[in-house]
Amino acid sequence: MAHEHKLAIFRGLLKFRSNVQKIWGVFAFLCVVTAVEVALGILKPQSLTHAHLLAMKVLNWIFILLTLVKAYYITWDFMHMRDEWKSLRRSVVWTAVFLICYLILILLIEGDYIFDVYKQNYIKFNF
Amino acid sequence: MEATVAKTGTEGKTWGGGHSPLNASYGKLMMWFFIVSDALTFSGFIASYGFSRFKFIDAWPIADEVFTHIPFYHGSPQPMIYVAFMTLVLIFSSVTMVLAVDAGHRMKQTRVAWFMFFTIIGGAVFVGSQAWEWATFIKGDHGAVETHGGRILQFLNTEGQRVSISDFAEPIPTERETLERNSGMWFQTESTRTSFTIDEVKAGFAKHEDLLIRTQYLDENGRPTVLSREASLEKLMNEGKMVVEGANLQHNEYGHPLFADFFFFITGFHGFHVFSGVVINCIIFFNVILGTYERRKSYEMVEKVGLYWHFVDLVWVFVFTFFYLV
Repeated sequence: MAHEHKLAIFRGLLKFRSNVQKIWGVFAFLCVVTAVEVALGILKPQSLTHAHLLAMKVLNWIFILLTLVKAYYITWDFMHMRDEWKSLRRSVVWTAVFLICYLILILLIEGDYIFDVYKQNYIKFNF
Repeated sequence: MEATVAKTGTEGKTWGGGHSPLNASYGKLMMWFFIVSDALTFSGFIASYGFSRFKFIDAWPIADEVFTHIPFYHGSPQPMIYVAFMTLVLIFSSVTMVLAVDAGHRMKQTRVAWFMFFTIIGGAVFVGSQAWEWATFIKGDHGAVETHGGRILQFLNTEGQRVSISDFAEPIPTERETLERNSGMWFQTESTRTSFTIDEVKAGFAKHEDLLIRTQYLDENGRPTVLSREASLEKLMNEGKMVVEGANLQHNEYGHPLFADFFFFITGFHGFHVFSGVVINCIIFFNVILGTYERRKSYEMVEKVGLYWHFVDLVWVFVFTFFYLV
């Protein structure tokens, strides 16, 4: 198995000298992202909670985007996806991403529909 | 391993065997297999959480008001702080894990052992924090009243601050005792009674003129609706059915019971993963100390449990977002 690591992150913008250094670099980056999330979660800026994009608050989109960024670096650098063959990477990531997106789409549309049914019809509250 | 494989004379040819498809060993590939299927299980849970939340989008509890406690700290509510700490602990234990894998590649037994040890400690701290979070959630905060329709009414003073039911309920002397197994028929028993009855809460509410009720429905600003004094009185007297303290699988003083159900189910399932991860890490840790992988001349087992451990961290990143942030 390959012991060489690809040491550049951010599309080659940042290149580390050793694998250990890269690990700490990614850790620092993940900490920064988490800190931004927590700060936004505590402050909840009005401009972001009141603006909507595709039926969801902009703030929530930011949270989801930052989560995906974190997931990417955990998978790519901690789980060494960056060093694996393209074929392994794609069969793992694309499969999961496709099925999960499909599931989320279906369930959220259905949930929204049932919300409307409760709101506009005679069923008051179902718990 | 080599000894059990019969030579076929086709070694080195494409279909002659001995190749690692995708350039990963059998064990690592199977770990990836497991991770993909487990990821789908978790996304099933989180997507069904999203489903239920969209279903009751105008009446869902606000996580910032639910998880506000920090151990050994009794001041004002502090949302996010403790869970951010838990997240950092888990990410840090992921870092020590990947450092252990790196040391394993360079065949440094002592370093692998130490990093595995720190990973186990991190995992244990996380599971402990999770248990504390559960205990706090189950115990509850201010208490609330559930209506006949299954909705939750919470109490506020005129300044808009939450008031606990223990602060205003009027104790009514009563002879009623909890029915226990040894005093009734053998099959008769009663769940834990709340510290105040619904009548005591109603009496106390009527007496304190400055109390208002907050329903679980959100207004246009995303805040729970606060009723006027008259509407509050009417609502509580006519619809109040039972006192709810804390959260369990049927009742939840913070709002919709499904919120508690999903919280227990998803963080519980994740906590179980962390727990099994700690156990597996312990096994590998002892194998490292005993020198098993030195003799094998490969630390690939550390890499495989590492994959699992990072996956647990990965799931938490999503649970954190969808339970505490969004």
